[in-house]
Amino acid sequence: MSSTVLPARGRPMLRHVKHVLRSNRMTTLAFGLFVMFVVLALVGPSLVPYDPLASSSAQSLQPPSGAHWFGTDNVGRDVFSRVVVATRLDMLISVSAVALSFVLGSAIGSLAGYYGGWLDRISGRLIDTIMAFPLFVLAMGIVAALGNTVINVVYATAIINLPFYARLARTEVMVRRNAGFVLAARLSGNRGLRILATQIFPNTLPPMMVQISLNLGWAILNAAGLSFIGLGVRPPTAEWGIMVAEGANYIVSGEWWLAIFPGVALMLAVFTFNLLGDGMRDLVDPQRRT
Amino acid sequence: MAKPRAKLILIGHRLVQAVPTLIGIIIVTFLLTRALPGDPAVYFAGPTADAATIAQVRHQFGFDRSLPVQFWVYCKQLSTGDLGQSLSTGQSVAQELLARLPASLELTLTALLAAIGIAVPLGILAATRPDSWVDHLCRFVVTAGVSLPTFFTGLALIYVFYYQLGWSPAPMGRLDIQFISPPGITGFYVIDSLLAGDFETFRAAVGQLILPAATLALFTLAPIARMTRAAMLQTLAGEFVRTARAAGLSRGRVLMSYAFANALMPVVTTLGMVFSFMLGANVLVEKVFAWPGIGSFAIDALVASDYASVQGFVLTMAVLFVLLNLLVDIVYTLIDPRVGLAA
Amino acid sequence: MDRRSFLLGASVLPFLRALPAQAAGGDTVVIAIADTINSLDIQRAGTNRPAYQVSINAYDRLLSFGTKDLGNGVIVSDYQTLKGELAETWQVAEDGLSVVFKLKPDATFQDGAPVTADDVKWSYDRAVSIGGFATGQFGAGRLEKTEQFEVVDEKTIRIHFLRRSKLTLPDLATPIAIIYNAKLVKQHVSAADPWGAEFVHRNGCGSGAYKIERWDPGQQLVYVRNDSWKSGPLPKIRRVIIREVPSQATRRALIERSDIQLSFDITGRDADELAKTKKAKVVSAPIANTEIVLCPNLIFEPFRDKKVRQAVAFAIPYAQIFEQAAYKLGVPMWGAKSATPTTTAWPQPFPYDTDYDRAKSLLGQTAYKDGFEVPLSIDLSTADWSEPTALLVQEGLAKLGIKTTINRVPGANWRTLALAQKKLPLIIDAFGGWLDTPDYYFYWTYLKDKLFNASSWDSPELAGLVEKTLDMEQSNPEYAPSIKRMFEIAFDEVPRIPLWQPALDSAMVPALQGYQTWFHRVPDARPLAIA
Repeated sequence: MSSTVLPARGRPMLRHVKHVLRSNRMTTLAFGLFVMFVVLALVGPSLVPYDPLASSSAQSLQPPSGAHWFGTDNVGRDVFSRVVVATRLDMLISVSAVALSFVLGSAIGSLAGYYGGWLDRISGRLIDTIMAFPLFVLAMGIVAALGNTVINVVYATAIINLPFYARLARTEVMVRRNAGFVLAARLSGNRGLRILATQIFPNTLPPMMVQISLNLGWAILNAAGLSFIGLGVRPPTAEWGIMVAEGANYIVSGEWWLAIFPGVALMLAVFTFNLLGDGMRDLVDPQRRT
Repeated sequence: MAKPRAKLILIGHRLVQAVPTLIGIIIVTFLLTRALPGDPAVYFAGPTADAATIAQVRHQFGFDRSLPVQFWVYCKQLSTGDLGQSLSTGQSVAQELLARLPASLELTLTALLAAIGIAVPLGILAATRPDSWVDHLCRFVVTAGVSLPTFFTGLALIYVFYYQLGWSPAPMGRLDIQFISPPGITGFYVIDSLLAGDFETFRAAVGQLILPAATLALFTLAPIARMTRAAMLQTLAGEFVRTARAAGLSRGRVLMSYAFANALMPVVTTLGMVFSFMLGANVLVEKVFAWPGIGSFAIDALVASDYASVQGFVLTMAVLFVLLNLLVDIVYTLIDPRVGLAA
Repeated sequence: MDRRSFLLGASVLPFLRALPAQAAGGDTVVIAIADTINSLDIQRAGTNRPAYQVSINAYDRLLSFGTKDLGNGVIVSDYQTLKGELAETWQVAEDGLSVVFKLKPDATFQDGAPVTADDVKWSYDRAVSIGGFATGQFGAGRLEKTEQFEVVDEKTIRIHFLRRSKLTLPDLATPIAIIYNAKLVKQHVSAADPWGAEFVHRNGCGSGAYKIERWDPGQQLVYVRNDSWKSGPLPKIRRVIIREVPSQATRRALIERSDIQLSFDITGRDADELAKTKKAKVVSAPIANTEIVLCPNLIFEPFRDKKVRQAVAFAIPYAQIFEQAAYKLGVPMWGAKSATPTTTAWPQPFPYDTDYDRAKSLLGQTAYKDGFEVPLSIDLSTADWSEPTALLVQEGLAKLGIKTTINRVPGANWRTLALAQKKLPLIIDAFGGWLDTPDYYFYWTYLKDKLFNASSWDSPELAGLVEKTLDMEQSNPEYAPSIKRMFEIAFDEVPRIPLWQPALDSAMVPALQGYQTWFHRVPDARPLAIA
């Protein structure tokens, strides 16, 4: 395990960021898309031309036109409005799920890595049990058992992502547990938990950030997959995955716009997060680039 | 060099460690399926039943017993290999899974081989020309592949290659209607048809396999390519490679015999994770392509609240996965000379 | 038991590894269905509806219904005509309390054994004893005790009636009254399994027109013609393959490309589009004795007031629903001119139409004139027609101030919540009765505590009328007035608001002839032919 050192704060940091962005066009592109998605999620729903839930059976299955940029779906809802509004929901699902698993997972992992002993063993077993299930299968099972609501999709996604953070935090903490600066902190009288929180943990953040970014994309795909098999959000909620699932039935009869637009949006979002994750890796530790 | 005995002890440790995991899996699986909505008693009682009949059926099947009792019964059944009866297909769950597992494995392994065949060369290529446009293109392609949901890719491929172009056979499962499945030796139609010398069935089976395997492979290119690239970069920067180059060995030789061979280990470890990825993703692919594997079985069971099938499926997948990881761990322990020293 | 043991007829094809390339040219027909066949035995607990087709194609009954032509070549089953399947002749006794069947002299089971009265008795004993659906359905035909079935001689059987009922004989023509090869099944019974349920679950034991060549559960069922079938005209198609294709889009692609010959039971939208684009031949026939209804459940306080229910009935955009949810396939069930029924035809339109003014005035006379809120529940597994219907009902009721939220219930829970527990205040449901008489329909849907009475409706007068007419012959002079009075009550009280009578639509290649639509809603392969 190589040790990572944060670049010094202040201008050199900014310069480093600028350097990375300039030399890596992919990351710049990803960053731009990311900003676009955040903006869409924040203000999109207030700016859409139609109510995403307003159905009108007379207007159903209209192809893209001036009035409906992305066409209408099988019950007459405007696809463009739905795609934009779905941005907020999908972002919300992935951000909450990843935040939840990050907080819980790194807490468990850090404590296990720092204190070791029975805490480490028990949490290790717990993490192993979660990791023993193919992730999507476990998510399917959890949502089926708890009921398919947005909050349960978030919980399920959070649970299956927990092990990544727990393992990562544990490893990083264990490596630094006996590092010089920690011993120094201990000598100057700081107690264990305080050292963990203020000294060790911040140093583990960089690799975590990479993981978070990748997970965000994966969480969206997970929610979409669950919706496809009927275990995700329930209709008529506007969510990319369920829109693709419902639209899939219409591809063969020629109404391609129902599935393509949300599908492309989905892909772009996941793509953005994946590239962003790569970019963060460059930022944090160029040597560990993959 | 670690002694063989130390390695054996390590392997033994790993096996023992797997046991509590398996117990955990059984408990979690049981709890999950008991929490499923839907009332199997209503299903079994039939379309003309009234409240009294439903209650009677519930008692007959033991659905009204307390949770610990049901768990005990479940464990007892498990120990005899009885995974219960499937509501939706009417077969015993163990039989269903056994019949369907080869289908899923055939699909997953084909996709894995295809993914390795594409992603590893891509990764090596990208590693030899870091930061060039080739590198960026590779990254773009694989990231795009992993960003698309598998069901979307699958449907798009069906639409283009079957519906519009007619190049691909009808996505109706493992074998076209005209063909009867080859005698089941391994359960893999591709292998079995070759063993039986039946080339037409072989071609048909391969034809049906192409689109679903492509869909699944597309999704798994990224982790393999990325890991290959990273591992190659690290080994290429290593001292022994510099020495080899200085000694005048050809570029190709350096690349393949030295760098790649050493990069293999982290790649192999990633394969374990990738396989788990695939076991989840193939659930969706099977639904789209009507592939009669355990994934499509599980989805139908979940939606129908067919608790015994769900239990059997989750348990099987988890056990498979644990065994696989164990295998990877053991292989790693055996081939890596460093492991076993610090343990 | 592995896949190989399902290849029942495989020994007949030792060298045939692939079917001849022109398989679909008259020799073989491929039918795609959406759901899985989960058993070969219709009488087994938990057998699902798609599996009923096995009892039609691979088994015989004593009797069968005839068919009638609705015009432009649409052939449906005709409840009013009974014809013999395994029965050569039958004679009802003078006192009407028994019937004697003479079996076809040369009828044999698929293994060659002759069909005897012992087989019939054993099969009927099984039906009334095995419980579940079989016993329930036989009970509906007043067949309850094994003593009712008496073997007279090898080819003659007498059935005693507990009481005279017009439902008894037709009940013997329903899919469930199949005749098993008793000698064969008895070799596989045990103390724990006295009716051979495990064996019959996986093996065909009948005398039907098609033998089960192979069954790959979850994938396909292959029938091959029984050349010694005596119960009807020999089928023209030698081999029928039932292929399970879960994805609707795939089924549509398959029929458009003619990779299959028949896509059975397709959605209204597909039927509408395929018929318009002429990519396939679409046959649409109304399903007998079936209605799609909006059920206000009386557990919900406002619906206890008749005027509220009537107001709801006037606030439904019927024509729009019929056009957008049903694609105009089926029969409209609204807009009758008079509140007094003039015929005993069923289903028949109710005297309600889309009239918001009248609805508002009715609601104004109740305690809920400002409206109320209620969840409207639909079964997700029928979402292709129930969702657009629900949306339109929601729009209509909103005009009265009745705010509905649509509650989509997953298929697995629907029966439990909507029917067994009757917890849902307002639902959209469909029910069809196998025996095509109005009293039979009312028996299952309007009587207290019956499973399909989702409105929790109870009316002693209605119950009395149903009781009276259920067994009564339709020619009885008291029958028609009682039925009309039943209809009158249903019209007035309207605990079930009919929307339309659904149709069963299938798409097929133009060359496929002989397709029929039966009340049991499963594909009958026997009359099919390729031109």
